[in-house]
Amino acid sequence: MSSLLKAENEKVFLLGNEAIVRGAIESGVGYVTAYPGTPSSEIIDTMYRLRNDTGIRVEYAVNEKVSVEVAAAVSNAGIRSLVSMKHVGLNVAADAFMTLSYVGVKAGMVIVCADDPSLHSSQNEQDNRFYARMALVPMLEPSTPQEAYEMTCKAFELSESFGTPCLLRTTTRVNHARGVVKTGFIPPNGGMKKGEFKKDPFRYVVVPMVGRMLRVEQLKRWESLTQESNATDLNFVEGSGKIGVITSGVSYLYVKDAIEELGLNEEMKIAKLGMTSPFPDKFILNFLRTVDKVIVVEELEPYLEEAIRSVAQVGKWNGVIVGKEFIPRHFELNVPIVKRAFAKFLDLSLPQEEIFTVPSNIPARPPNLCPGCPHRATYYSVKKTFGRDALYPTDIGCYTLGLLPPLQMADFLICMGSSVSTGGGFSIALDNPVVAFIGDSTFFHAGITGLINCVTNGHKLLLVILDNSTTAMTGHQPHPGASMTVEGACECKVDVKTLVEACGVKACEVVNPLNVTRTIKTFEKIKNSMDSDPGVYVVISKSPCPLLERRVLRKKQKVYFFVDDTCDGCNVCLEELACPAFVRTDDRVSIDELLCIGCAVCAQICNSIKPRKIEK
Amino acid sequence: MRKRIFLIGVGGQGILLATRLIGEAALYAGFNVSMSEVHGMAQRGGVVESAVVFGNRHSPVLADGEADIVIAFEPLEALRALPKCNKESVIVMNNSPIPPFTVTSGISDYPSISDIEMIIKSKVKAFYSFNGLAVARDAGSDKALNVVMVGIAVGLGLLDIDEALFEKALASLLPDRLLATNIKALNAGIALGQNSVRS
Repeated sequence: MSSLLKAENEKVFLLGNEAIVRGAIESGVGYVTAYPGTPSSEIIDTMYRLRNDTGIRVEYAVNEKVSVEVAAAVSNAGIRSLVSMKHVGLNVAADAFMTLSYVGVKAGMVIVCADDPSLHSSQNEQDNRFYARMALVPMLEPSTPQEAYEMTCKAFELSESFGTPCLLRTTTRVNHARGVVKTGFIPPNGGMKKGEFKKDPFRYVVVPMVGRMLRVEQLKRWESLTQESNATDLNFVEGSGKIGVITSGVSYLYVKDAIEELGLNEEMKIAKLGMTSPFPDKFILNFLRTVDKVIVVEELEPYLEEAIRSVAQVGKWNGVIVGKEFIPRHFELNVPIVKRAFAKFLDLSLPQEEIFTVPSNIPARPPNLCPGCPHRATYYSVKKTFGRDALYPTDIGCYTLGLLPPLQMADFLICMGSSVSTGGGFSIALDNPVVAFIGDSTFFHAGITGLINCVTNGHKLLLVILDNSTTAMTGHQPHPGASMTVEGACECKVDVKTLVEACGVKACEVVNPLNVTRTIKTFEKIKNSMDSDPGVYVVISKSPCPLLERRVLRKKQKVYFFVDDTCDGCNVCLEELACPAFVRTDDRVSIDELLCIGCAVCAQICNSIKPRKIEK
Repeated sequence: MRKRIFLIGVGGQGILLATRLIGEAALYAGFNVSMSEVHGMAQRGGVVESAVVFGNRHSPVLADGEADIVIAFEPLEALRALPKCNKESVIVMNNSPIPPFTVTSGISDYPSISDIEMIIKSKVKAFYSFNGLAVARDAGSDKALNVVMVGIAVGLGLLDIDEALFEKALASLLPDRLLATNIKALNAGIALGQNSVRS
């Protein structure tokens, strides 16, 4: 059994995401669902791995909206549920989320949303705390794995006692921090069981008349939640000075280190907020009245700061409040940033420390599509057929790396599923041919409606579905069309081709991108059809992710490729395919046999590249 | 007491396990310890960095100038970690290179190892360069480089944690079949570190 389940009332070293898992299991959660997304993925993956030991029903959802909806039903049938997602996932789930706050829940329902300041692996760094305020739901913000564990338990209690979903808002530095967590006990009767639901359409079916009633109830609940927020020990004061600091989340750690390093323990007093929605107005007003001035330390938007200014105005507190004029609004904070802000605020001088720089022009090490990645092969064939003139809207997944030179096969991206719909948009505004790329998992997540929209409105494009049979980028989670999971081969539940054809496209072809000649031939055929009979075309470029295939299907590599003496150093392989296994030496190219996985794509574009059997 | 350790290298070198090894050993030693990792692109050949801090420090994230110790698994990445250091930092580097694709494809040149060593040496308080990969290979697996590097830092006396606790931590982190090789790698690393303190 996993050590995550064994520890009872002892200290373990847990990832923030594992701490959330542990808290949920101790809270007797019965149902867990998520669409994966960095930095939240380890929550659902760990839950999935432990599902047989815990008896919890764990489901990979097709997207965040459906995950919240399914969990909402389960909770209203009396079973505690947990949903996790990355910050932008809550945009997808927002429709369900906003009105679930009206309808409420019966058993506890916790939504973990993992923000990503500094955009370590995201397209934006939106501050999801505003969602809590907009939806009028309670929100907890942990600073450490220990707090992530405790607040998960607390979030279930709050949710259940107030009958509302509760947001647990983390950031990358909490999800992916590892720290010491003191565990409690796992209840013996946890896991999924049968629920019950008493029909009451005039409370559960949100027609306007019901919505009006629920809206009034929601505001009453909000008042009681505000009392809770003012009373909870998740919000506490530390220290005794006359200079106030108000902070939450991981910023609290930076504040503590900065105060200690500057030797300001006697001068500064911290109000640390763990429950930041509803805003603890009375608690903060009381705090303000004990200090002369205050600095607000928070990452991203002035969420706390604006509330504090409003509280001060209502409570007629006239001290100085500073926030975003001293603390950057973009990217993560850290200890030196907070120290510099304190120094500026308190007019202290900091010793100038030399920061070393990286010598300029040292080689970069950008992430790259893996050797043998079928996406590279698809890009090669599409580029050969459609050239530089075509517009290439792309989507979110490993294949977004096709953006980098020399492939440069990505022209536009905003969010999950945007490839196909923006492709449709470009096709009505421009004369260029449009070829959009989307991964299989992303297609199920948010691409299907876009495709139907293109068909319905007569847009003209080719959608290439890069089908590697898994959600590779986030760690190989399954999806409806997957034919393998980390646990081995599995049956595909929804066939991509059948689905695409049902959407009414002009034609849908399936190619194996590792067969270059045939793939190019298919693309050429489609290109001709697009000229003679414009409309929506789809090519499913199907070849499994080699990383996963080798790991779970234990597929043995039979050959690797080498470059023979006829190489004239023309460099075409490097300029057009750019597999990381290629090595450029003085006047020719060779192949690193340790990196080559034997996909044979390069051997089809150059006669000097030959296979060699691997000796056993 | 406060230790802020920064680890850097290339995806696939086992940096997260090395970080965790230090973290678990620090926990056994009774320290307050935390770690931060950046997940996501590790398998795609990019740079991987992580940090482990213990003792009197709350934030697990290391900003520029904050690393007391840098363990660099690759020379070019040691150079890239310089901004994390200050004049008092100690850098331990594995000197066997993994050229990035930008080098193998002929776009840029990999600097010479001796140039890298000279630059780093001129900046920080102490710098140690070893062929950790050769030590790992001797112990039975190239993959044990991560454990060798931690061993070297232990042998150099940089971590203030009892040697035996690292072996205990290894046993808690690795499956039995990998344990013997890795304990051998750890001890070889420790011996190498101890010898260079003496010399």
